[in-house]
Amino acid sequence: MLRKEDARFVRGQGHYVDDVNLPGMLHSAILRSPYAHARIVSIDTSAAEAHPKVKAVITGKMLEDLKLAWMPTLSGDVVAVLATDKVRFQGQEVAYVVAEDEYSARDALELIEVDYEPLPAVVDAKHALDPDAPIIRDDLEGRADNKIYDWEAGDAAACDEVFSNAEVVVSEDMIYPRVHPAPMETCGSVASLDKVTGKLTMWTTTQAPHAHRTIYALVAGLPEQKIQVISPDIGGGFGNKVGIYPGYVLSIVGSIVTGAPVKWMEDRSENLMSTSFARDYHMHGEIAATKEGKILGLRVHVLADHGAFNGVAQPTKFPAGFFHIFTGSYDYPAAHCKVTAVYTNKALGGVAYACSFRITEAVYLVERMVTCLAYELQMDPAELRMKNLLRPEQFPYMSPTGWEYDSGDYPRALKEAMRIAGYEDLRAEQAARRARATEPGADPSTPLMGIGLSFFTEGVGAGPRKHMDILGLGMADGCELRVHPTGKAQLRLSVQTQGQGHETTFAQIVSHVIGLPPEDIEVVHGDTDNTPFGLGTYGSRSTPVSGAAAAVAAQRIKDKARVIAAAALECSVEDLEWEHGRWYVKGDPSQGKTIAEIAMAAHSSLELPEGVEGHLDASVVYNPPNLTYPFGAYICVVDVDPQTGAVKVRRFIAVDDCGPRINPMIVEGQVHGGLADGLGMALMEVIAFDPDGNNLGGSFMDYLLPTSMECPSWELGETVTPSPHHPIGVKGVGESATVGSPPAVVNAVLDALQIRHADMPFTPAMTWRALQGRPMRPDLAIE
Amino acid sequence: MRVAIKVNGQECSSEIEPRLLLVHFLRSTLGLTGTHWGCDTSNCGACTVWLDGVPVKSCTTLAAMADGHEVKTIEGLESSGVLDPVQQGFIEEHGLQCGFCTPGMMMAARALLDRNPDPDEATIREAISGNLCRCTGYENIVRAIRWAAAHQTAQEGAIA
Repeated sequence: MLRKEDARFVRGQGHYVDDVNLPGMLHSAILRSPYAHARIVSIDTSAAEAHPKVKAVITGKMLEDLKLAWMPTLSGDVVAVLATDKVRFQGQEVAYVVAEDEYSARDALELIEVDYEPLPAVVDAKHALDPDAPIIRDDLEGRADNKIYDWEAGDAAACDEVFSNAEVVVSEDMIYPRVHPAPMETCGSVASLDKVTGKLTMWTTTQAPHAHRTIYALVAGLPEQKIQVISPDIGGGFGNKVGIYPGYVLSIVGSIVTGAPVKWMEDRSENLMSTSFARDYHMHGEIAATKEGKILGLRVHVLADHGAFNGVAQPTKFPAGFFHIFTGSYDYPAAHCKVTAVYTNKALGGVAYACSFRITEAVYLVERMVTCLAYELQMDPAELRMKNLLRPEQFPYMSPTGWEYDSGDYPRALKEAMRIAGYEDLRAEQAARRARATEPGADPSTPLMGIGLSFFTEGVGAGPRKHMDILGLGMADGCELRVHPTGKAQLRLSVQTQGQGHETTFAQIVSHVIGLPPEDIEVVHGDTDNTPFGLGTYGSRSTPVSGAAAAVAAQRIKDKARVIAAAALECSVEDLEWEHGRWYVKGDPSQGKTIAEIAMAAHSSLELPEGVEGHLDASVVYNPPNLTYPFGAYICVVDVDPQTGAVKVRRFIAVDDCGPRINPMIVEGQVHGGLADGLGMALMEVIAFDPDGNNLGGSFMDYLLPTSMECPSWELGETVTPSPHHPIGVKGVGESATVGSPPAVVNAVLDALQIRHADMPFTPAMTWRALQGRPMRPDLAIE
Repeated sequence: MRVAIKVNGQECSSEIEPRLLLVHFLRSTLGLTGTHWGCDTSNCGACTVWLDGVPVKSCTTLAAMADGHEVKTIEGLESSGVLDPVQQGFIEEHGLQCGFCTPGMMMAARALLDRNPDPDEATIREAISGNLCRCTGYENIVRAIRWAAAHQTAQEGAIA
C-alpha cells in the first residue's frame, strides 16, 4: 500500500512548525556563548532593549526571579535555560530576544554586551577526571569532580575467571565518536498563551508531545490541563527531538512576557552546536575465546562523555541505557561492563540517535571485538560468527546480563546475507586481488578490496513500566479507536510520526484486525488534546508499543462488534463466524453484518445486549511485557584507494528480521535511510572540537552528511521471526540499520587495510593515515 | 526597496529589506511554505526553487536578485490539478519519508528531466547530490525519478 501522507508532502503542503503563522505572532532569537567555559561577569541588554522592533530581552538573572533559570533534563540532571553563573559549552544559551520579525531579533543579539571571564575548558573525556581538571558543574552542591556516575552490569568475578583461563584474549580501545542526528528540519516552537483562558498552546518539533506537556507543566508551573502540545508534521527526528531544549521554554516565557504568540526556530548552526549529540563513547573491550574460536566472555569499560549537562533520554533505572545488551547476538557465559560517565565542556550528549538507548554503541563494540578476534585467530569472520551465534532452539534466551531475548533464528539471517552477497565468490575475488598486488610491477593505485560483516540484535519497544520510565513517567502508550456510525474510523495515538509513515502503517494494523479499508481509518497524532497519554516515538517503540495498543483496541472492537452483530441477527455470539470485516451466521454466509453495519447498529436505537452501552470504540493502554528483539546480518564491500584513502562502498547487503512486515515498502524505506545514516557515521560524520572547546562542525560545510553520491544501491533481504509476546508479532525496525551498519562498514574498511583496528570516521584523510600506521583521534580533529 | 517577481506565473510586487533572502520572501511574504529552510549554506537543498528555469538554493539567494525575474516553487509544479510525473513518482516509489527535503528534491529532479528526459542512475545521483535527505538513503528517490522519466506525460486520474 502506498503512503497516505504523501499527497500533501509532494505538493509542498506539509505543515511543519516553521509553517505555523499566527496573527500578531512575534519572532525570537537566542544569544549563544562563544566560549566553551567562561564565567559571566555582566550582561548589558540596554542597547538591545532600545531597538525599535524589540519587544523583550530576557537573561538568566531575570529567569531566576521567575524560578525558570534551570530546568530538569531527561536524566534528572538540571540544565540552564539561560546561563546565570557561567557558560559550560560553546553555543550555550545566554540571552533571549523577542522582536517583531526574525531579522530584527537577530540584529538585537548583536547589541547585547556580555563580559566573559574565560576558564580552561575540559574537552577530552579522559582528562575530565584528572585531579586538576576544572570543575564544570560547580552549580551542583558538593561536587568536587566531573564524574556523573559509575555503573556496571554483569558478573565481574565470573568474567575474571573465564579470562584468566582463556587460551586467547584480545583487547582493543575504540572510540564511537560524537555525532549529530541532524534531521533536515531544525528544532523550533511557537508558543501562544491565552491570558484570558490561561491556556498555553505550543506547536513544537517533538517526538514526544505528551512527555513534553508534562515537563512544561512541571517547569513553568502551568496547569497541565491548560497546556496543549501540537507537533504537526515533523521533518525528521532521529532522537534529536526527544529532549526539551531551552528554546522551547524560552518561547513560552516570551509569550508570557509579551502577551503575543512567539516563534522560535533555530538555524542549522544552532542545531549542530547546541542540541543533543549522540554516542561519544570511549570503549575498552576484551574478548576471551578458545583457539578454535569459541567465545567465552566479554568485558568492557566505557568512558562516556555526556557534555556539560546529563540530558540523555533513557529509562531512569539504566544510566547507560541498554548498553548492557552489549553481549550481542552470541552465546557465551560471562560478561561484564562498567560505564563511567563524565561532564565535559561540550553540548548535551548521549541522545538516543536512531538507537534504542546506547545499543548502537554496544553493537559496534561487540562486532568490532568479534572481528578483532577473527583477525587474531586468522579465521574468516563469517565462520567465527556462525560458530558463536545463538541457535534458534535457545530462545527465549537469557543474556549474561539478564535480558530475555524473545525470538530469533540468527544463523538463517547470516546465511541469507551471505547468499545474497555471494560471500564465497567475494572472498575468492579478494584473495586473487591480494595475490596480484604482491606480484612485481603491480599497479600501486589498484583499489584495496574489503569485506565487512556485522550481526546485530536490538532490544526495542521500551518498555515494561516496572522497569522503564523517563523522569518518573512510565513507558506504556495509549490509543483510542472509534468506529463512527457510517463505518469510518479514527485511531488516536500517543506516538508521533517524524516521517515513519504512521498514518499508513497504523491504519493497516487496524484494517488487518477489523477489516475496514485502511483508507477509511484516519490516524490522529501529535496533539495532546486529541490523543491519549503516552511517551512518544523514539527507540523504535512505535510499532512494538503503540502498534500493539492499536491491535488490541481493534481486537476489542471486533469482540464488541460480535456481541452487537449477534443481537442484530438474533442469534448467540457462538453462532457467528468472522470473515475479513464481517460477522456472519455459521453455515449461512448470507446472514451477516459488516463492521460498518454493526457500527450503525451500535449507534442506533437497536436494543443492545446487557453490558453493551452502545457505540463502537475502544481505549487501550499497552504496557509491553518485554522488549522486542529485532536482528539482522549485514555485509559491506568496499574499495579503498590506497593513494588517497577514499573509500567507495561497492555493495551493501542488509538482511533484517523485524517480524512480520505490516507495510514492506515502508520497512524497506526505513532500512535504506538507516543504512545511509550508518554509512555517514562510519565514513564522514564527527563533531570535532579543538582543545579550547570550539565546535569544529557547526554547519553542513563541516559536518558532512552522505549524499546520493556516497550511497550505493542498497541490497535488502529478510527473514521473518515473529515476537511471541507482541499481539501481531512485530518487532520494530526504525533504527536497526543505523545500529547494524557502522560496524559492517568499518569492518570492511579495516579488512581492506588489513589492520586490526582504527577509529571511524574513515574520511579519506583518516583512512590514508590509518594506512600509514598513523591513526588520529576522531573526536579531536586537531592533534 | 520594491521588488517585482513573477512567482509560479503570478506577478508579486512587494516592499522588502534589501537583505531579505529569497527563501524568506517566499515563505513569509508570500506564504508559500512548501520551500523549506534547512541550512544556511546551500548544502541541504531543502530550499531549492527555480530562478528563470534554473534550480537555485533560495537560502543563499537574495530576493532582490530575483527582481524582474521568474521564480517557480513546489507549489507551481502541479499543473491544472494534475501532479507532475515527478510528484507521482515520489509517491509510487516511496521517494520520501518526513517530506522536508522533498520539495527541493523534486525541483532538482524536474530540472534534470527537463534537460535530460532519460537519465541513467549515475546522472540522477549527480543531479540530486546537492539535496540532502536524512530519511531515504536516496535509493527510492533515484527510483522515483526513473519512474517519472518513464511516465513523462502527466497521469490522468492520478492517485493522490
